[in-house]
Amino acid sequence: MKHLDAWRDMEAAQSYARAIAAITTRAWTIMEICGSQTHSIVRYGIDRMMPDGVTLLHGPGCPVCVTPAAIIDAAIAIAKRREVTLCSFGDMLRVPGEHGSLLNARAAGADVRFVYSPLDALRIARNEPHRCVVFLAIGFETTAPATAMAVLQAEREGLENFFLLVAHVRVPPALEAILSDAASGVQGILAAGHVCTVMGYREYEAIAQRFHVPVVVTGFEPIDLLQGIYLCIKQLETRRAEVENPYYRAVHPEGNRAAQAAMMKVFAVRARAWRGLGEIAESGLGFAPAYHRFDALARFTSGIMPADCPTECIAAELLRARKRPADCPAFGTRCTPEHPLGPTMVSSEGVCAAYYRYRRTQTVRERSTVSAPNGGEQGAV
Amino acid sequence: MCLAIPGELLSVDDDDPLTRQGRVAFGGVVMPVNLAYVPKARPGDYVLVHAGFAIAVIDERQAEQTLAYLTDQKLPGGAV
Amino acid sequence: MSGSSPSVCADAGAHAEPAVIELAHGSGGRLTHALIDEIFRPAFGAAPEDLTHDGATLALEAGSERLAFTTDSYVVRPLFFPGGDIGSLSIHGTVNDLAMCGAEPRYLSVGLVIEEGLRIDVLRSVIASMRAAASASAVRIVTGDTKVVERGKGDGLYVNTTGVGVVRARSPIGPQQVQPGDAVILSGDVGRHGMAILALREGIRFETEIVSDCAPLAAQALGMIDADIEIHCLRDLTRGGLATNLIEIAEIAGATIALDEGAIPISDVVRGACEILGLDPLYVANEGRFAAIVPTEHASAALAHLRRFDSQAAIIGHVDRGAGHARVLLRTLGGTRELDMLNGEQFPRIC
Repeated sequence: MKHLDAWRDMEAAQSYARAIAAITTRAWTIMEICGSQTHSIVRYGIDRMMPDGVTLLHGPGCPVCVTPAAIIDAAIAIAKRREVTLCSFGDMLRVPGEHGSLLNARAAGADVRFVYSPLDALRIARNEPHRCVVFLAIGFETTAPATAMAVLQAEREGLENFFLLVAHVRVPPALEAILSDAASGVQGILAAGHVCTVMGYREYEAIAQRFHVPVVVTGFEPIDLLQGIYLCIKQLETRRAEVENPYYRAVHPEGNRAAQAAMMKVFAVRARAWRGLGEIAESGLGFAPAYHRFDALARFTSGIMPADCPTECIAAELLRARKRPADCPAFGTRCTPEHPLGPTMVSSEGVCAAYYRYRRTQTVRERSTVSAPNGGEQGAV
Repeated sequence: MCLAIPGELLSVDDDDPLTRQGRVAFGGVVMPVNLAYVPKARPGDYVLVHAGFAIAVIDERQAEQTLAYLTDQKLPGGAV
Repeated sequence: MSGSSPSVCADAGAHAEPAVIELAHGSGGRLTHALIDEIFRPAFGAAPEDLTHDGATLALEAGSERLAFTTDSYVVRPLFFPGGDIGSLSIHGTVNDLAMCGAEPRYLSVGLVIEEGLRIDVLRSVIASMRAAASASAVRIVTGDTKVVERGKGDGLYVNTTGVGVVRARSPIGPQQVQPGDAVILSGDVGRHGMAILALREGIRFETEIVSDCAPLAAQALGMIDADIEIHCLRDLTRGGLATNLIEIAEIAGATIALDEGAIPISDVVRGACEILGLDPLYVANEGRFAAIVPTEHASAALAHLRRFDSQAAIIGHVDRGAGHARVLLRTLGGTRELDMLNGEQFPRIC
């Protein structure tokens, strides 16, 4: 496929791997923010192409994984109402709140459906006017404009049976929260390319300056990631801390203005809780006053975003490399890939899921010959 | 966080600002995609699609330059 | 329900073990295996080698002809899909399970669970499709059963087929026979059936129709036996796809199977659809594809034979000669990675 295959070329990848090894003189810890980048890193074995000492930390950039249990519980409570059809993205359905997952709710008879696009949820509302269609709107700045457009279309059509449970989050405040922690150990950042496609990268210039970290706007294919890592290490080795944009085929400095405008018309910046990280100021989106009537929380519940329950999950410490999965009392017992408590077990690339697989396969294999799992270095920093 | 895939815009079927829509080919499959956020996209362009929305037109010249970076820079550790 | 406050915290451990069956228990992945290992196998007193393959092979009396015996239920929604329907699927599926035992399919039973309200013409066309599929595979439908359930208690129609065949393979075929050095051959491109069903069922608006690979495999499989090609294991790559099925074989064989990602044929349509939805085609179900694991000296003959049916048949890997670790490795761009069994259902990803 054009614009994909060229970025997955093995020879070019090896060439970048050699270049990275050639310029690296000491240990560096680089965090990629985005879950899709983590997915590519694991899928193509980018982590294993790194020279000794270069550690890739997987950041909190999977919107499915960081959605608080309380929001999922609110979605389940809404989905159980007889008049409601609850829609969300496929990977959101299996993530549990405190009271099970949306899939569990579906097994118990709730009308829960997955959709590819928020516009598909809108179509269901249009085609089934007797149903109240609630879209659980998760995602970062990349996805919020898509949700906003569904609201704008619903407004124009005068649809009265379409609602959103808004759980959108914004990257820069979370990034600042992680970098503010002196113990985080993160020295370089691969910024999430598709968030920057929408938002541009002006916001990151202040972050690079304030925390003196290089920020490289990075795409998602193997060559993109290797190039991003290469440029990041090049900056680190020369003590620079700038925003660089090798993903310029898809990212302009100012981002996509039309998408930003729609997003900020429908939504307004709010504080938001992140699963495993807690509440972060200005890190989320809620409805702008003019669009309040689309708010599923107001329509179907008390209208107050519930506070997240404290969980046993130690994801916050794991993401800051302060603890290892083995330090968690719930690991492998109350928290498994089938029934995860937190983001690092929810995502198959999360450090807990990787450790869990490692432990499981160990029982089949001989212990001495097993190498470290994918992403396992995360907890060992 | 944000799975977005480049596809070729085959045709623009609706030019309303909110519902602007086109057909986009991804490998062997064609899907309708909302084009409201890429008002300048034309058939033949490659658009980056996330959750049914085109969020950028791929800059072909920049793409070639990024790939060329590898050879132009004469990367340390041996060329391609 | 609005009265129940989501802010009241339940015991965090309350959902660690599911108290009910979830859809994922039927997806062929870890949860399915947990059911088999924790509930079925102990209750039925199965020997370790039982319930490990697509069917059982047995002799009714010592020294008599060996029979293959298998059963499968079909709950596909929608009933009709590009490339097949629940009728052809239910015949091919059971015929294929017999073929994967190295057996010539002979007799089938058909059990129908029909939902009240199903249109007779729909039933007729499903039955016609079953008949056509059965005659194409030279099997006879010799017994059956019909039940009708109340409206709302079934997706129109569920079908169970059970099959009996005569084992033609001269040596046993199954995961236990897999040897270090064996070649892994794939009979064609993967991922079509699962993507065809997903696109149709979830209303994903692909303009291009994805056609299921649903097909009988007996001629391909038995032809290898006729050609004196030694076969160690055959496996049709249904639920869980190529990856999950090969992991099952590796775990039973106690062997490492090493695959080359670049050698695995995937059509442009399936590839494009999987990219958009963030799915891995190696985990998508097939209904007309199988893997043959054969001694390396028989690999080229087996490949030539399979290419007569599908030009995309390919040698995609081998069983490692090293120490036996039960796993499947995939050689990809940056090196090799271990494939994990499907965890629950595969859903389109946003992330």
